[in-house]
Amino acid sequence: MKGYAGRFLEVDLTSNNIGEAKLPEETLRRYVGGRGLASWILWDRIGEKWDSVDPLGPENILLLLTGPLTGYFPGGRICVSGKSPQSNGIVGSTVAGEFGVELKCAGYDGIIITGEAEKPTHLFIFDSHVELKDASHIWGLEGKETFKRLVKEGREELKRINPRFGEWKDPSILYIGPGGENKVRMAAVMAKWTHAAGYGGYGAVMGSKKLKAITVKGSGPLPEVADMRGVSSLIEEVCRELYRNELFRRWGTGHGGYYYGNQTSSEPVRNWQEEWHDVKDYGVDRFDERVWVKRFWGDYGCPTTCLKVAMPTSGPLKGAVSDNPDYELQAYVGTNLGVFTPEGNTYLSARVDDLGICGINGGNVLGFAAELYQRGLLTKEELDGIDLKWGNVEAFAELLEKIAYRRGMGDVLAEGTYRAALRLSKEKGDEVLKYAVQSKGIAIGAHGNRSTLDYPSYIAYACSVQGGDHTSIAHLPLDHGDSELTIALYDSAVICWFNAWTLPEDLIWDFMNKVTGWDISREEWYGEMAPRILNIQRAVLLIGGPDLRWKPKENDENPARFYEPLPSGPKKGRAVDRKEFEEMRMEYYSAMGWDENGIPRGETLRKLGLEGVDKILRDKLAR
Amino acid sequence: MDGVSLSSTKTWISRDYSRCSGCRRCEIACSLHHEGVIWPEASRVRVFMLVPGAEVPHLCAQCDDYPCVKSCPFEALSVDDKTGAVIVDREKCTACGICINACPGRIPHLHPRDGYVLICDLCGGDPQCVKVCQEGKWDALRLVREMPQTWQLYTTKLYARTPEDITRDLVKILFGEASEGMI
Repeated sequence: MKGYAGRFLEVDLTSNNIGEAKLPEETLRRYVGGRGLASWILWDRIGEKWDSVDPLGPENILLLLTGPLTGYFPGGRICVSGKSPQSNGIVGSTVAGEFGVELKCAGYDGIIITGEAEKPTHLFIFDSHVELKDASHIWGLEGKETFKRLVKEGREELKRINPRFGEWKDPSILYIGPGGENKVRMAAVMAKWTHAAGYGGYGAVMGSKKLKAITVKGSGPLPEVADMRGVSSLIEEVCRELYRNELFRRWGTGHGGYYYGNQTSSEPVRNWQEEWHDVKDYGVDRFDERVWVKRFWGDYGCPTTCLKVAMPTSGPLKGAVSDNPDYELQAYVGTNLGVFTPEGNTYLSARVDDLGICGINGGNVLGFAAELYQRGLLTKEELDGIDLKWGNVEAFAELLEKIAYRRGMGDVLAEGTYRAALRLSKEKGDEVLKYAVQSKGIAIGAHGNRSTLDYPSYIAYACSVQGGDHTSIAHLPLDHGDSELTIALYDSAVICWFNAWTLPEDLIWDFMNKVTGWDISREEWYGEMAPRILNIQRAVLLIGGPDLRWKPKENDENPARFYEPLPSGPKKGRAVDRKEFEEMRMEYYSAMGWDENGIPRGETLRKLGLEGVDKILRDKLAR
Repeated sequence: MDGVSLSSTKTWISRDYSRCSGCRRCEIACSLHHEGVIWPEASRVRVFMLVPGAEVPHLCAQCDDYPCVKSCPFEALSVDDKTGAVIVDREKCTACGICINACPGRIPHLHPRDGYVLICDLCGGDPQCVKVCQEGKWDALRLVREMPQTWQLYTTKLYARTPEDITRDLVKILFGEASEGMI
C-alpha cells in the first residue's frame, strides 16, 4: 500500500479506549481518503441508524482524515468530517496546516473518534505514544491562548518523552474555541490562529465530545510512495507552475473583494440585500497598505501562500490579529455586515477566529440578525441593548460573543441561520424565513449566482451535496473543473483546491498514480468513484434527522433572496430565473442518475455497488 | 579561531526571518536530498512556528569558533575545508548530545531513527534549501560566499540563537506592542 501509513487511530472517548483500525487496500482505492473515505466510514458504521443519530450526541463519529496526496502535493491539508450538525448529512471540511503531515509522519492515515468524554479532554499523539489528557485547565480559553498553551505543553511533553533529541519543533494542533465548547452549530475546528475547517459545524461535534484539542507530532518520514523520483519531480513541476500565478501569490483570495462586489455583483452586501458596492477603499490594495503586517504566509509545502497576516496597527481596533482576511471573510464579516473598512473587517475576523466560529456561517447569521433588526423584527431589547446597525463593528462583535457563549438571543442564533429562522418564524411570522440565505442548513458561500458573472450556475448551491458550501457546487457537465465531482477528488486526495485548479489536469492524475501506484483514470473517477462518494452523501442528506429532514426536490432550492431582483449595480434587475433553474435542476438529477425528485435511482446505486444504501434509503424515505 | 582554518571561500546561509513564508519547502528539499524521502524531523533545516505567522527556519550558522566541533569528545565533528560546514562522521557519533548543548542556538538534533546528530552540511556547497527558497522568490534564505580575506571580519554567530529568542525578536517586528505575551 503506497502513499498510506496503513492504519487509523481509533479513540473512544466514552471508554477511554485507544486502538487501531486497518482498512483493506481495496476500500482505500475505492474511497481514496478524506471526504470519500469519510462518506464510506460514516455510512458503514451508522448508515442503518442515520436518522436517529444526533450529530451532537456520543453516537456521532468525528473523523480527521488525510489522503494519499497529503504531504506530497504542495500545500498540507486535513479533512474533518462526521454527521454534520448543520445539514444532518456529511460534509467534507478541509483545513490547511501541518496536522495531516504530522499525522502521517506519526504513522496514521487518520483518526476516528467516537463516544463522549466525561470531562474536558486533550488527545496527545507522538508516534505510537497516544494519550488522553485532562484539558480542564484550557477549557474555556479563546483560540490564541489555547494554541499558545498547547504549543508550550506539547514541546515540554515531547522533551519529557525523548529528552535527548534536541530542540523539538512545535507539534501540530487542532482545537476548538468557546464556540465549539458551547456546541454552537457554526463552530469550526481550528488550526494555528486563523485556520478553520468551518463548513459542517465540526467544532460543535468536538465540543459535544468534550474534546478541546488534538496535538500530534510524528517523527517518521511520510509513507513510502510508488515512485519517489517521479513524485519529487512532480513536486517541482507543480511549484514551478504555481509560482507563475502572481495574482494568488501576491494578493491571495482577497484580491476578489472589490472585484466580486463591483465587477461581478455577486458579493453579499447587508445580508445579500445587494450584491454590489463601489467602495474602492475596500480593495485588496488598501488591506495591503493598512493592515498587512506580513505579505506571504503559507502552509506545508505551499508555493502559493495566499495567506497574509493582518493586524490594525493603530486606532481602537489595533492589535487584533487575523489572516488576509481572505475573500470569504472580507465579504461575510465585512460587506455582508455593512462593514467597509479593512480594520473593522480584520477585527471581526480575529473575533470569529478566537471564538472558534466559522466566518462564513457566523457572518451569515449575524447578517440575518441585522436584517431582522433593520426591519423591526428583532428589537434592541431582545438583543439586550445591542444596536445592531449595519457597519457597527462593536455591536457585531458583541453579538458574536453572545452566540459563542449562547447568551440571550445568542442562544437562538447559535443554532445557525436556518434553525434560528425556523424558531423565530414561529414567534414573528414566516417572513423571517425569507431572510435566511442558506441551503440545507449551510450558509451560502460569498458568491451569489443572480448576476451569473461569478457562480453562473443556478443549481450551484441548491443541488450540492454539501448545501451552501461554495467549495463544492453542483455544475454541469459533471466532469467540469468546477463540478463537485472534481472537488470531491481534491477533498479525498486531501489537497488544496487553489493549488490544483490552475494546473494541467494530467498532473493531478500523474501525482495520484505515482504516489499510490494505482492506475486511477479520469474515466473511472468521473464515471464511478466520485458518483459513489456523492451518492452516499446525497442519500444521508435525504435521510437526515433527528431534528431536521430535507424534502426531496423541495429543499433543493436557492434561498428566497436569490429570486429577488438585484436592486443596484451594473446587473440591476437580475435574479435567478425560476424556470431556467427548474430545468437545470432536472438536467442535473438526470445526469447524476437521480429520479425526478432528486432521489438516487436504485439502478444508479446498484451499479455503483451501493446496494445497502439503496435498500436503507428506500426504507427510510418510505417512513 | 583555533584548530579550524579554511583555505578558500567560506559558504554560509544568511537568513531574513521576516521573509519566511512558512512554506517549509526547505525542509522538504533537505530531507529529499539527504534521506531520499520527505521527512520533516530528519531535515537539517527545520522551520519552527512557535507563534503562527512568525516562522523561523533554524539551521547551522557555521559559528566562527565552532563550539559543537570543539565539544565533541569522540572527534565525530569536523569542519569542511572547502565550505566551512560542520561534517558529522556517522560512525564516530554516539548521539551523546553534547554538541546540542554546546550550540548557542540548540540547532543540532538527533536523527529520529538512526543514532547520530544532524547538522547542516551545506550540501557540499550547493544547499538545496536555499535553491528552493530562491526559486519561490521568498529570499528568506540566501547563499553567501565570502572571500578568505573578508570572512574573518564578521561573525555569523548572530544566527546561532534559540528558536525562542529569534521568535521573540521577530514577533516584535511583526506585531509591535501586540507581541507582548505571544510566546
